[in-house]
Amino acid sequence: MFLISPKKLRKVGIIGMNQRNFGLVARYNPRRLYPLVDDKLKTKLLAQKAGIAVPKLLGTLLYQHDVRKLEKLLTAYDEFVIKPVKGSGGKGILVISRREHNLYFKPGGDMLSLMEIKRHVSNILSGLHSLGGKPDTVMIESLIKLDPVFSDYSYEGVPDLRVIVLQGYPLMAMLRLATHASDGKANLHQGAVGVGIDIGTGNALHAVQFGKPAQRHPDTRKVFTELAIPHWDKLLSLAAACYEMTGLGYLGVDIVLDRDQGPMIIELNARPGLSIQIANNAGLIPRVKTIEALKNIDPDPESRVNFSKKYFSANPSLQAAPHTEHARSNNLALQ
Amino acid sequence: MQATFRLYALVLLIMSAGIGLILYKHLALGFPLLPDEKKLVWIVEAKIDFIAHGDPINVSFALPPKNPDITFLNEDFASPDYGFSKLELKEGRRAQWSKRIADGPQTSFYRLSIYKNDRMAAIHATDNPHELVEPEFDEVLQTAATALLNQARSKSADTETFTRELIKSLNSESPTQNQSLLINNQSSADEKTSLLVSLLAMEGISARIVSGLYLEGGRRRQSLANFIEVHDGTQWLLFNQDTGNSGLPDNFLIWQRGGQSLLDVVGGTNSRVSFSIIENVQSSRDLVLGDSQDEQAGGIIDFSIYSLPIEQQNAFKMILLLPIGALVVVIMRLLVGIRTSGTFMPILIALALIETTLVAGIIMFLIVVSAGLLIRSYLSYLNLLLVARISAVIIVVITIMASISIISHKLGLSQALTVTFFPLIILAWTIERMSILWEEDGPKEVFIQGAGSLITAIVAYLFMTNHIIEYLSFNFPELMLVNLAFILILGQYTGYRFTELYRFKSLEQQNVSDKS
Repeated sequence: MFLISPKKLRKVGIIGMNQRNFGLVARYNPRRLYPLVDDKLKTKLLAQKAGIAVPKLLGTLLYQHDVRKLEKLLTAYDEFVIKPVKGSGGKGILVISRREHNLYFKPGGDMLSLMEIKRHVSNILSGLHSLGGKPDTVMIESLIKLDPVFSDYSYEGVPDLRVIVLQGYPLMAMLRLATHASDGKANLHQGAVGVGIDIGTGNALHAVQFGKPAQRHPDTRKVFTELAIPHWDKLLSLAAACYEMTGLGYLGVDIVLDRDQGPMIIELNARPGLSIQIANNAGLIPRVKTIEALKNIDPDPESRVNFSKKYFSANPSLQAAPHTEHARSNNLALQ
Repeated sequence: MQATFRLYALVLLIMSAGIGLILYKHLALGFPLLPDEKKLVWIVEAKIDFIAHGDPINVSFALPPKNPDITFLNEDFASPDYGFSKLELKEGRRAQWSKRIADGPQTSFYRLSIYKNDRMAAIHATDNPHELVEPEFDEVLQTAATALLNQARSKSADTETFTRELIKSLNSESPTQNQSLLINNQSSADEKTSLLVSLLAMEGISARIVSGLYLEGGRRRQSLANFIEVHDGTQWLLFNQDTGNSGLPDNFLIWQRGGQSLLDVVGGTNSRVSFSIIENVQSSRDLVLGDSQDEQAGGIIDFSIYSLPIEQQNAFKMILLLPIGALVVVIMRLLVGIRTSGTFMPILIALALIETTLVAGIIMFLIVVSAGLLIRSYLSYLNLLLVARISAVIIVVITIMASISIISHKLGLSQALTVTFFPLIILAWTIERMSILWEEDGPKEVFIQGAGSLITAIVAYLFMTNHIIEYLSFNFPELMLVNLAFILILGQYTGYRFTELYRFKSLEQQNVSDKS
């Protein structure tokens, strides 16, 4: 059999794409708030105002003629990340980790001339990577330094953590590790490894590559079970606080761990994907129902994190049914 | 909840409006639901000949009455140099030709095209009978008639059965003395009819002659056949005077009721009428449309696509197919979960495929896109701005199209000339998007999305070229409402997509026992 039965999927509590769009995205995310997360510059400024840690902004380029300023702007830095402000799915992100005179190097060792970087910037500005091809803005930010905990699990670049947050409660988390097969990109479709992380402890639960369970990192051969995310509480609080920051009820929060500065938000997503369920080997529906059954949302991110850690932990001994679980919710979106 | 309820109410409303309109058009206006329904159209031509002798001529000719079960498509009257008028008299419709002076053989034509509609079953005439006139027979015949009537009466229960018995005994193959006395004297069909009318009058039953034509294709020099109609107290019943069968036979056109003359010619001699019949097959949709143009049924049709000039109608034929394509895309994306490059690009490809035919179209599409990708990959080295690059790709696409056309023309493959039907800008954007996709997500994603687009386009193409769907979408634009209702319902579908059953396959091993 190549297919799983829909009955089994329902039993596991997997959310499908249609249900995500209908029951979560359309339900919890008002359209007018999308620009806050679709525009990374806005997100960054918003986060800075809210006191949420983000990578440092080194500069922005708004127009084609700003491309000339690029050289001057970059002289001060040897490592940086160039991003389209309205890019989606990691498109158009250029990471430079080393510079020798006028030559720039990607983490994988590919060499780029300033000319090529200029072309990339120009492409971003003319809207190559933005939705609908609209003119875009370029954002240059500081490079994240790899936390030593990931050094055995990273093929190239910095792994990022995706936390799904529903109405401020972290539901599920996944670490995305680039591999040789994924060409250094943290995109699961292309062969990056997704590691489900226990909300309760920050320990690795289960890992998949190409939709199949994986025990070790395909390139470093390191076993995932030994992986534990540091600063876990702080990281979850950061994710939970994004609810107040944006007002979006269903969020995918992308977090990186900097060696020196700890967890930082790099991107928010109003339409986070569903692969996280595969990486966790668990469905989102039971957790969504738990949150939907709550009578009111706790205004304090810390206590929301505690709630999530208590009820969404993979360790059954810590897990207890919340009082509200049996209260029939009138939210039929997920029934 | 409220929103869901409102949506379903809306869906129900739209759906019933659509289906209602379709049913109305089908049942009341006679639009056939399937394209293959052909109707027989009969063209009946009556030719009137007479000899004129230089006197004023007045020709009066009985025209067939309009029956609800038969639609008159067309009536033509032709007679050179004659004044003409159509009269609606109490006895029926008549045509009148007149001329001050005429000499020699004269001919007038009356041509009628009719078809049987399914709108209504033939109904019995219900007009009131005239007062009975007691027939006068000589004594011998009187006795024979009385005996015959007595015999028929004893074998029957009511007017209908009595008439049947009477006709049967008159037509008996081994006639009794009484029968042969009556029938021998009266041998022609007309005389038999008037005998029947007289006999029925003796019994106190009103009866009248009905004459008409058997509609059979390719008949010439036909004359009217006589039937007899008997009033049973409430309505007229029709009988075949040779067999006694009651009811209107199939394909029989009633021309005249009662004893009025079929043709009166004043001022001429040797007058004669002959009928010829031609059978014709026409699609019933054309008939309904033709019918409505001069009739009252056209209310809806007047404000429909059919009122547009033919050229615009053909454009709409295409446009009305788009919702079918949209439905296919919705199904493929929401239920099957196929990824396509560009939401509705598959519809545009499908439209192009309609013009180019399937296999040739796909081959050309693949050639243009892969050649475009190849050249585009070179363009990406040239460090161009986006708009300039896409413009360059457009020109490249035109060049490729032109080369395909010219080369195939030289090779004698006329099929490939249709390459121009592919929407140029869409192709250029497709190439651009695919090329970026290739750079960013690798060739695998390009193949997934490209194949997804093509499969969706092919499915849409198959639906859009389906003979029945094509017919329905054009002739029943109301179908769009039904389509819309389906799309609204599909917009609420929150179940799994088919491809997700594969995507989440790894969760098969998940142990759910601790959760439930």
